[in-house]
Amino acid sequence: MIRFAINRLLQAIPVLLVVISMTFLLVHSAPGGPFSADKAVPPEVARALEAQYQLDQPLWQQYISYLGDVITGDFGPSFKYPGRTVNELIAAGFPVTAELALYAMLVALVIGIGAGVVAAMRPNTMQDYIPMSAAMLGICMPSFLLGPILVLIFGIHLEWLPISGWGDIPGDKILPAITLGTGYAAYIARLSRGGMLEVLSQDYIRTARAKGLSESLIITKHALRGGLIPVVAFLGPAFAGLLGGSFVVETIFQIPGLGRFYVASAFNRDYTMILGMTIFFATLIILFNLLSDLLALQLNPKLRQQARGDH
Amino acid sequence: MALLEVNGLRIHFHTRNGVVKAVDDVSFSVDCGQTLAIVGESGSGKSVICYSLLDLLPKPPAVIEGGSALFDNEDLLTCSADRMRQFRGNHIAMIFQDPMTSLNPFLSIGEQLIEPLIYHPHKSLRLGRNDARAEAIDLLREVGIVNPESRFNSYPHEFSGGMRQRAMIAMALISKPRLLICDEPTTALDVTIQAQILRLIKNLQKTRDVAVIFISHDLGVVAGIADHVLVMCDGKVQEQNNTDAIFYQSQSDYTKQLLSAIPQGAKTTANRSQPGAPLVEVSNLKTHFRDLSIAANKSSSQEHMIKAVDDVSLSIQKGEILGLVGESGSGKSTLGRSILQLVPPIAGNISFEGAELTALSSNQLTPYRRKLQMIFQDPYASLNPRMTVYETLAEPLLYHGLANRKTVSQQVQLLMDDVGLARSSMRKYPHEFSGGQRQRIAIGRAIATEPEFIIADEPVSALDVTIQAQILALIVDLVERHNLTMLFISHDLSVVRYICDRVVVMQHGKLVEQGNTEQLWAEPQQEYTRQLLAAIPAADPVQERQRWGRH
Amino acid sequence: MKASSQSTEQHSSLWLDAWLKLRKNRLALFGFAVLIILCVVSLLTPWIAPYGYEQQDLMLGATPPSLEHWLGTDIFGRDMLTRIMYGGRVSLMVGFIATAVALVIGILWGAIAGFVGGRVDALMMRIVDILYALPFMIFIVLLMVVFGRNILLLFVAIGAVEWLTMARIVRGQVMALRKQEFIEAAYSMGLSQWAIIRRHIIPNTLGPVIVYTTLTIPSVMLLEAFLSFLGLGIQPPQSSWGLLINYGVETMEEYPWLLIFPGVTLSLTLFALNFLGDGLRDALDPRAAKD
Repeated sequence: MIRFAINRLLQAIPVLLVVISMTFLLVHSAPGGPFSADKAVPPEVARALEAQYQLDQPLWQQYISYLGDVITGDFGPSFKYPGRTVNELIAAGFPVTAELALYAMLVALVIGIGAGVVAAMRPNTMQDYIPMSAAMLGICMPSFLLGPILVLIFGIHLEWLPISGWGDIPGDKILPAITLGTGYAAYIARLSRGGMLEVLSQDYIRTARAKGLSESLIITKHALRGGLIPVVAFLGPAFAGLLGGSFVVETIFQIPGLGRFYVASAFNRDYTMILGMTIFFATLIILFNLLSDLLALQLNPKLRQQARGDH
Repeated sequence: MALLEVNGLRIHFHTRNGVVKAVDDVSFSVDCGQTLAIVGESGSGKSVICYSLLDLLPKPPAVIEGGSALFDNEDLLTCSADRMRQFRGNHIAMIFQDPMTSLNPFLSIGEQLIEPLIYHPHKSLRLGRNDARAEAIDLLREVGIVNPESRFNSYPHEFSGGMRQRAMIAMALISKPRLLICDEPTTALDVTIQAQILRLIKNLQKTRDVAVIFISHDLGVVAGIADHVLVMCDGKVQEQNNTDAIFYQSQSDYTKQLLSAIPQGAKTTANRSQPGAPLVEVSNLKTHFRDLSIAANKSSSQEHMIKAVDDVSLSIQKGEILGLVGESGSGKSTLGRSILQLVPPIAGNISFEGAELTALSSNQLTPYRRKLQMIFQDPYASLNPRMTVYETLAEPLLYHGLANRKTVSQQVQLLMDDVGLARSSMRKYPHEFSGGQRQRIAIGRAIATEPEFIIADEPVSALDVTIQAQILALIVDLVERHNLTMLFISHDLSVVRYICDRVVVMQHGKLVEQGNTEQLWAEPQQEYTRQLLAAIPAADPVQERQRWGRH
Repeated sequence: MKASSQSTEQHSSLWLDAWLKLRKNRLALFGFAVLIILCVVSLLTPWIAPYGYEQQDLMLGATPPSLEHWLGTDIFGRDMLTRIMYGGRVSLMVGFIATAVALVIGILWGAIAGFVGGRVDALMMRIVDILYALPFMIFIVLLMVVFGRNILLLFVAIGAVEWLTMARIVRGQVMALRKQEFIEAAYSMGLSQWAIIRRHIIPNTLGPVIVYTTLTIPSVMLLEAFLSFLGLGIQPPQSSWGLLINYGVETMEEYPWLLIFPGVTLSLTLFALNFLGDGLRDALDPRAAKD
């Protein structure tokens, strides 16, 4: 297992390199620089600023020096917020986004797996149709629709929950987590229902029944392990999606996280910020994928013995 | 005193195409310590009966329309769910056909073994983990698993097929049930392993005083172990009696038909092999595969190769039927595919009519493809589900220029006559046919190009015994009429003896022995061949009992 | 289990079986009906929309639903029903075109990987795995910002994200088919690789492809709405449902109908298409047809 992990980490390096290079090229090929949008800056000052940030050097030189910085963990200064480095800004915003993503993932897993397993126990009955229709609704209602509606109902009309901020007022984390997590809860519900149905039709479940085990034991001990495999496989892409989805949710609920920063930086052509955050996100996602793959390996003893072959 | 008494059992299945009477008024009884065999072909309802005893039938489609099943005077069909849970595993246990899919791949064997003990419905009878483990290990030893302490923590995929079935048997017997139901437990196993498992079940039955219901489609298998036999067809009981009566004095036509369908004895048709240069000559053939089951942790630099075919040489005369026998993993299928260049060998020569096949490019090979054809084992997977019979049979004719648009319809119809298919079903799709009929289509496709050499890879192994007899007769007839040479691959030695002139025996990729069929049967030279022959179950109770007594 | 009725001579291809099964699935039929209605309305919008797209009535301002304006008006007095109809045209167009892009790339990629196998397959699928896990949202945001909000680029960008699933599905199907004996039979008959692909592989791959195409369209529409919401997708004066929802959010306290109507329309469409896709998946499941 350790060898597998190291193998994957090594494979991740060229991936990251590609990510960095692509982002670098994309960012620098955009028309206009970081300072051209500010009309208030006279040309000489602009040139001086560019020289200070080394933007007047040839592109490949900027690339090499940037790579060098990245390897030492220095993402450089932010262009839009003078005096603050990208590292600082990431460190400030990341804990917030991480917490949001974590709560959303919890919501998604608990509700999703619960609904899916319940539905799979009595397929094609009300116990199945109701959760699955709700799940379909969750998938079809995007976060930028659900969020405002929840805000409208619970925040403005009923005034039960706060509608902005993070950590300022108790309960202000509830709506954002639910908004972000619902779509994923719905998808996970469908995945776990599918996985459980597949497993419950297997011969070894019949054997377990023939041994006289109770239904609840069969579900928890025998069926869940195999039935949740599609969910575990989904964890990696889910995490990537949660990070992306945080943009919208942080915008709607005024949350000072990285997601909001990212869109703003993209609009502002804040090169270093964009690059830094992209690399940061990509690294996180790769790590998370590795973790979920390790979890999948742990759960499935057969996989531990298979190397190449189909995925 | 009857342990189990079934009376007038009726079970119907409500499917999309109507109501199917899976079990139609079946009655039988099983005494303590006795073995009842329920024999029938697919669709006879034999498994459905036993699943209903333990309430394992899927309750929408299946409905129990009537009858009773008294176990110790309690009706299993009407008892409560809790009571049924108490019966399962503790009083009545069941083992299934495919031990690979019937064991949970995610839990260790030991864990699955002790479950009936640690989750016993009567809380007072539950054992602690340590005690349960000790009992399980003893039982594993009793069923013949070596090193049970370390094997306790293994996973199902780490066991061989025979070991898995032994583990299943242990799992079934651990709560000391009074009745053991075995649903085709040896059908998926090699013939030598089958013999071992049958012997194991028989011994365990004696030492533990367990009644056994043994379900099988193979009369030969049950001849040695059953006290009574129940013969079923289409949900109805055809005949039931003690074993000797069934085999030696069968009353019903169906039973007689079943018995006569079992290939017995030597080949009766003439040996048509022609002397002279062999038609096909295989020299030092080697086909290796990369082993894909290497652990992810082991170093990737050493690649293990599976030597599927390991330096095999044989020759086939024109007009003869050569049998190729072996158990699973022997490489017989791979050898067949290598000869046809479906799987590229890594070394060795294959010559056909003097031409060296391995040296030809795929373009050069095409005209030879006409002359070498193959019949596959699985009658469903070997036909394109989206092509009608007409399209499947017309394809080779049109592709090789043996017919044009105008004549092909006529020729397809002739082909269908040749293999015994009704002309009117020409526009049907494979899924609308039965297994035997699909195999006829596959055979039709193989002879469409008027080949000279056909490799039949287990062509009847997936078929019921009566259908098997029909298809074998068809094959023998076609070989004779069309002057074919055939390589007949099978694990079923009785079938091979019945139609092959010569036989080649393979084990682990190597050729163990070859020779004239009857000579091989009478005087096998190699130990493995002897083992194989000794393991064949004979549909003759007296002979079987003698064999059991001998060991 | 032998059913008693095998004697009819009418042929029922797997397609016919699938259609019969689909017909019984009411939700799927509902989805199909919605799709048809949507397509027809979108095509005919320029002729059947009650008001002009640009028609403003600043005196009127935002009004709730009424007899003249069934779904109300926005703050510029523009009729919401008209706006939603035109928005639907754009959203559907993006849905179809981007799906087509994903389809072409995905099928080619998956078919090649599945058919060639070996190292080529391993490499191609590793790329898919890596891309699958990357923060695509991030790249798209970047792309849209950098290259401007070009509708053509939008199609390509969205298509470039969605092809991954299609590639996986096609590759899975092709690999499973390759191992089937009827493919071996075709080889032993001497058929060329191309003939085998054309006659045996492709017809058997159509089923899953159709199912996932139907499921990709709503996924794409969702992605487009998301981008438009962020301001990165469709730009005014054009509008899509995502953009309408964006405007609706801004004024949702005073004029909730500006959010609700486009929102419900989008959700309903996605709902319907997903049910259709699910129904197709169940109907085309070859396992059920085996008995």
